[in-house]
Amino acid sequence: MEDNNKNSRRKFLDKGLKVGLATALGGLAISKISKLSAKSNSNPEEFVELMTTDGTIIQVDPSEVQEINHSNTQEPTYNVREGMPNRKFVMVVDLARCKNALKCQSACNKNHYITGDNAWIKVYKMQEAKDTAPYFMPTTCQHCDKPACVTVCPVDATFKRKDGLVLIDNERCIGCRFCMAACPYSVRVFNWSEPDQGEITVNMDMANANHEYYSPDYAGMPSLKGTIDKCDFCPHQIKNNELPHCVSACPNNVFYFGDKYEDTVSNRDEIVRLSQLLKDRNGYRLMDGLGTQPSVYYLPPVDRLVDFDEALKNYKEFESVEKPK
Amino acid sequence: MNTNDKLINDLAPQKFGKLGVIWTSTLIVIIIIGIIAYIDQVIKGQVVTNMRDYALWGIYISNFVFFVATSFVGSVTVAILRLTNNTWRTPLVRIAEIITLAAIAMAGITIMLDMGRPDRLIYLFIYARLQSPITWDVIIIPSFLVISFLLLYFPLLPDLAILKDHFKEKNPVLSKWYGKLSLNWRGSDKQKALQAKSIKIIALMIIPLSLILQTIDAWLFSTTYRIGWDSTNFGGYFIAGAFVAGLGALVTIIYIVRRVYKLEDYITEFHFDKIGKLLVLACLTYLYFNINEYLLPAYTASVDEATHLNTLFSGSYAIPFWTVTIGGIILPIIILLFKKGRKPLPMFIIGLIVVLSSWWKRYIIVTPTLLHPFLPIQGVPESWRHYFPSLHEWAITTATLAMALLIITLLVRFLPIIPIQRTADEQELLKTTKTIEP
Repeated sequence: MEDNNKNSRRKFLDKGLKVGLATALGGLAISKISKLSAKSNSNPEEFVELMTTDGTIIQVDPSEVQEINHSNTQEPTYNVREGMPNRKFVMVVDLARCKNALKCQSACNKNHYITGDNAWIKVYKMQEAKDTAPYFMPTTCQHCDKPACVTVCPVDATFKRKDGLVLIDNERCIGCRFCMAACPYSVRVFNWSEPDQGEITVNMDMANANHEYYSPDYAGMPSLKGTIDKCDFCPHQIKNNELPHCVSACPNNVFYFGDKYEDTVSNRDEIVRLSQLLKDRNGYRLMDGLGTQPSVYYLPPVDRLVDFDEALKNYKEFESVEKPK
Repeated sequence: MNTNDKLINDLAPQKFGKLGVIWTSTLIVIIIIGIIAYIDQVIKGQVVTNMRDYALWGIYISNFVFFVATSFVGSVTVAILRLTNNTWRTPLVRIAEIITLAAIAMAGITIMLDMGRPDRLIYLFIYARLQSPITWDVIIIPSFLVISFLLLYFPLLPDLAILKDHFKEKNPVLSKWYGKLSLNWRGSDKQKALQAKSIKIIALMIIPLSLILQTIDAWLFSTTYRIGWDSTNFGGYFIAGAFVAGLGALVTIIYIVRRVYKLEDYITEFHFDKIGKLLVLACLTYLYFNINEYLLPAYTASVDEATHLNTLFSGSYAIPFWTVTIGGIILPIIILLFKKGRKPLPMFIIGLIVVLSSWWKRYIIVTPTLLHPFLPIQGVPESWRHYFPSLHEWAITTATLAMALLIITLLVRFLPIIPIQRTADEQELLKTTKTIEP
């Protein structure tokens, strides 16, 4: 009895499936046929003429035409974690021009209220091998497109934006320092103690007139104990159509800053084509082999206008933030 | 029945002697000093440590790795010896389980001491991102903690019931607690079957879980680009290291417990001999991974890698590097290969050396790598180029070690260190087989 029951159920299921399949196929066929008949019935005058994106005129049956919503012409709302829409910021550092003037560093220190012992911009004294010439190399955060720091952050405190920036939410950071361990460029700085930013409170009040709460858009405003800081590519400057502090402070036009999508970068004096500049001057990126895909390009220190020994006078091995005396 | 009474009397927890009281109060004092140092660290920030932007991790992390490694002993002695039917494990398993529980609990606490913002601990859960190895740690450590607790607790049930009866007149309060914790154990067949099944499941679960734990611990380092960490060998290397560290801790603590509680009849030279052989196996495995990790790269080292290896082989970290390599791996292999080396006292000394070497080994894994970044260290104070822990770090770290020892001490004080029921069953089995045989 039981066996029989099972059998009949199986049969029922089997039949049901077949019927269902047949219905589906039938429905599909009918819809096709109706479309065919519609085509043959309509007059050529009833077609709508449209131009495709590549400029050819095509005729379309009116029934096929559908109205779509216009794309939002209003500027999309700015989201600090998404970044500025349709931008991709890059920097080019011309090593041939760097005279170790350190103005980039002091401008950055001043404008970001850096009070610790480790500046966000470093100017390294580099020498690849004993028989190659030494040179000075400024480094900012490389704002990698494959940022190792972002990958390892457990709480999404450091994040990558669509406009290329890697920023830190100091209200989120738990201070595990895994991002520092992950970063091959050693650009991250930890607030080991309560930062003594002094005048910042006055400036903070002014800044707060614009936005009521702390924003990752302005790193160092304020720095928080037990969290990470680093170069933020100055989105607060970019927003006002101004160059980052280091770029505008450099007396030797070492830094170019710009937009990869527009293929232009500019220093204080000129605007140049990014792709051409990188091609002509053999631009490269730091430790490109690691696959981090930095947004900062370097132009090799060839045809230098710089006397290295002259520049060496400025070099301080153990200090990057000037302390008030 | 007589032998059973003797067994219970021998193995039931005993009150602290004078030495026990001194030992426990010393531990408590060390812990209090550590807590004060930690509060100071929270107030002032981690500036009280000697970690800085280059040596960004220090002994908090290496101590954490040490605790995680030590917690491996539970799955080795209990689970693996169980699966391979090595019955000699019986008097050792409870101590191994206790060490495992203490070590993993302290690992969880130690990693928190390193956080710059401990007030944001909850963020690890509410903002967790699965791609970060720290999140994997957040998942695996509590899981392992629960499993290692159950691995200790379930086999305890019959013993707790025995102790309830044993202390009925001597100490009614204690007896009541044992009764509650024994979950109404009566030793019925149904209970026994349930318990056996549960233990089997836990013992099976703890093997993959502890392998995952050790591997995640290794991945915390090898998911970075850093020279000396960016190694595909690291997972196995850490597992082998944990095998050694855990057994070293087990040998050391077993020897002390045996001396203090006079358990020479239960933990015999036979057991030391067996565990000595296991330790040799562990050290040989570890040696293999060390050769892979340090000797092989020397053949094809890039410039940066060569600098790192030179620091270890002949540079500023040569003395600690060779000390931990010889003391923690080579010396135990040589000595424990001889039968005389596997007697209790030499084993204890070797165990102690292995534990100390294991601790410093983690220091050697963490620190030198951080001091060799890809770009040169410039523009920071000279002192940032070196690292040696500050007083605060030592005080806090010593306190975590003391806390682990205190957990072990208290569990040894209140739990039967050698499973009573199991030992009784095995002796019964021995007797019956003996009576049948002739």
